[in-house]
Amino acid sequence: MVNPNVQGKKYPETPSYLVGREKIREFANAVFSTNPINHEVAAAKAAGYADLVAPPTFGVVIQERSLHDVLADPEADIDFSRVVHGDQRFVLNRPIVAGDELTSVLTVASVKALGAHSMITFNTEIFDVKKDLVCTAISTLVVRGGE
Amino acid sequence: MNINELSVGQEIGSHTFSFTRDALVKYAGASGDFNPIHYRDDFAKSVGLDGVLAHGMLTMGAAVQVAVDWIGDGGKVIDYGVRFTKPVFVPAEGNAEVFVSGKIGAIDLEAGTVRLDLTAISSEVAVLGKAQAVIKL
Repeated sequence: MVNPNVQGKKYPETPSYLVGREKIREFANAVFSTNPINHEVAAAKAAGYADLVAPPTFGVVIQERSLHDVLADPEADIDFSRVVHGDQRFVLNRPIVAGDELTSVLTVASVKALGAHSMITFNTEIFDVKKDLVCTAISTLVVRGGE
Repeated sequence: MNINELSVGQEIGSHTFSFTRDALVKYAGASGDFNPIHYRDDFAKSVGLDGVLAHGMLTMGAAVQVAVDWIGDGGKVIDYGVRFTKPVFVPAEGNAEVFVSGKIGAIDLEAGTVRLDLTAISSEVAVLGKAQAVIKL
């Protein structure tokens, strides 16, 4: 079972992540995006963006870094091999673009027991260098109970 | 796109995505999620799964492309959420197909936003629930 005492726990800010054009292209290809603003700088600029635009779910790359800290936290006691992704949401104040330097701060929003399983919901706030909130990634993991 | 010309229930298109084992490995690298349940049969079976399954986030990321293609500018997506209802099992050879379609679920004239409701079907079951993308026009 996930330790219910981690509800409300805030994890330290992750080191800065520099969003590169090739990473955006790699991610866009992986999610089958053919949207030109994910691939061609000229198309992104013509659409009014500073540089290549990341696909709407790119925030998961940043969220993954914060999640890594939680999964490695002995206090939370999460068995990664028993984790199933329950739901996911991204609230975007603006799209992530190449050149962004992003940090994230994860807060455990809730820990709930669901029979033998645990449900843990995380809010990961993603900030740019100006400390403006770019995106909030909200993720619920289901940790299957042991036999 | 003129928001006044849109109507709730209007279809926005569809696409069939082909998930191969290669696609899962590509997504693992692109996203940083290297959980071996997404590429190793022996590991998947050892944790009680029927086989290797696609990252839920791959299904989520692919599904929104139907909304992105409709609007033409993925930067206009301001909110996107899904529930993962069923796994998509991906065989070592061959592929799994995921059929995604969408329609307009709600229009907010004041905010200038449109909610697109997506469905994703694989092997005749819905693999995403409540998949909704809000677009700022």
